[in-house]
Amino acid sequence: MRIFNFFRSAQPPKPESSAHQAKERLQIVMAHERASRDGPDFLPLLQQELLAVIAKYVDVDQNKVEVKLDRVKDVSTLEVNIELPSRRPGTQRHRVTLQGATSS
Amino acid sequence: MGQIIVMTSGKGGVGKTTSSAAFAAGFALRGRKTVVIDFDVGLRNLDLVMGCERRVVFDFINVINGEAKLAQALVKDKRIENLYILPTSQTRDKDALTKEGVEAVMDELRKDFEFIICDSPAGIERGALMALYFADQAIIVTNPEVSSVRDSDRILGMLAARSRRAELGLAPVTEHLLLTRYDPHRVERGEMMTLDDVLDILAIPLLGVIPESPAVLRASNVGLPVIMDESSNAGMAYADAVARFLGENVEHRFVKPTRRGLFSRLLGRPV
Ligand SMILES: Nc1ncnc2c1ncn2[C@@H]1O[C@H](COP(=O)(O)OP(=O)(O)O)[C@@H](O)[C@H]1O
Ligand SMILES: [Mg+2]
Repeated sequence: MRIFNFFRSAQPPKPESSAHQAKERLQIVMAHERASRDGPDFLPLLQQELLAVIAKYVDVDQNKVEVKLDRVKDVSTLEVNIELPSRRPGTQRHRVTLQGATSS
Repeated sequence: MGQIIVMTSGKGGVGKTTSSAAFAAGFALRGRKTVVIDFDVGLRNLDLVMGCERRVVFDFINVINGEAKLAQALVKDKRIENLYILPTSQTRDKDALTKEGVEAVMDELRKDFEFIICDSPAGIERGALMALYFADQAIIVTNPEVSSVRDSDRILGMLAARSRRAELGLAPVTEHLLLTRYDPHRVERGEMMTLDDVLDILAIPLLGVIPESPAVLRASNVGLPVIMDESSNAGMAYADAVARFLGENVEHRFVKPTRRGLFSRLLGRPV
């Protein structure tokens, strides 16, 4: 059967192979999961406290708060966009953007 | 009002998550606004199969507990318009799913989406019950294998007795059979039950037959619903099944063995 070994590669998967992508995706997502395992689910708390601070100054609609997360190899970036209501109808609206990154 | 569809089976590892991702993407590709929800609390995986795992901030349980708004927990697919994912919690357990909490989320989603797909966990406990409770339609994912067929029958019993429709005496949940991991070659050799065998036993309408295909693993490796691999048998079979679900009359493919050449038979490669 040696002839058929031509068709099987003994090398590790090439960087663009789907198996390689699977490993890379898992390493990223699992590094973050392990780091936060058994810890508090801090994102809801963070969001609630941020909103509480802003609510001292203006009325915010919870539905107008956008939270985005992006994870790449060693860094997570959290972006919170809060749309502030206009003071008087017809006047310009404002948006507050908070951005933070952590590296592991 | 949107339709709630549960992807269920009783047995684990038969292809519910693969099928949930494929149907969700298939509906959205046809312009139907769709959300797919992961009910497997504590074992989040739909995010990986859909390729959005890096962007999950809040989850289904956060919404049920009032810790986040629904709009904040929905992850919009980056490749397909009209497609959203509601991931589940990786840290909590299935007791976090309360009937009232799930109902509130379903009511809100119904107003905004045409199709709401509930990816059920295995088993017949709380998670699986909550996934099927609000269903209007059920896709029973079954493998041509003894334990899978028996478990499917068990789930059909639960749909008939313990769903919301059953409890309220409404029209019953519409049932569809999706036979997955079907290998026509093994069927031909008499090693696997035939499609007709399974239909005889379960006696529910057939939605589709998805062949065993290496494309499924490839797709999950890269986080792409397999229906987007349009050149694969499994991708085409899912596209056909989606079309049938939407009322089109599409003939069943991939139920007969394909003739293979000597070379591919020697290599033992599935076609
Ligand atoms: N048609 C198919 N051909 C080959 N492998 C499949 C097919 N459908 C599912 N699988 C594989 O079976 C396993 C279980 O699938 P999954 O969708 O996670 O099942 P479930 O959600 O029912 O537990 C996965 O490894 C998946 O890649
Ligand atoms: Mg699953």
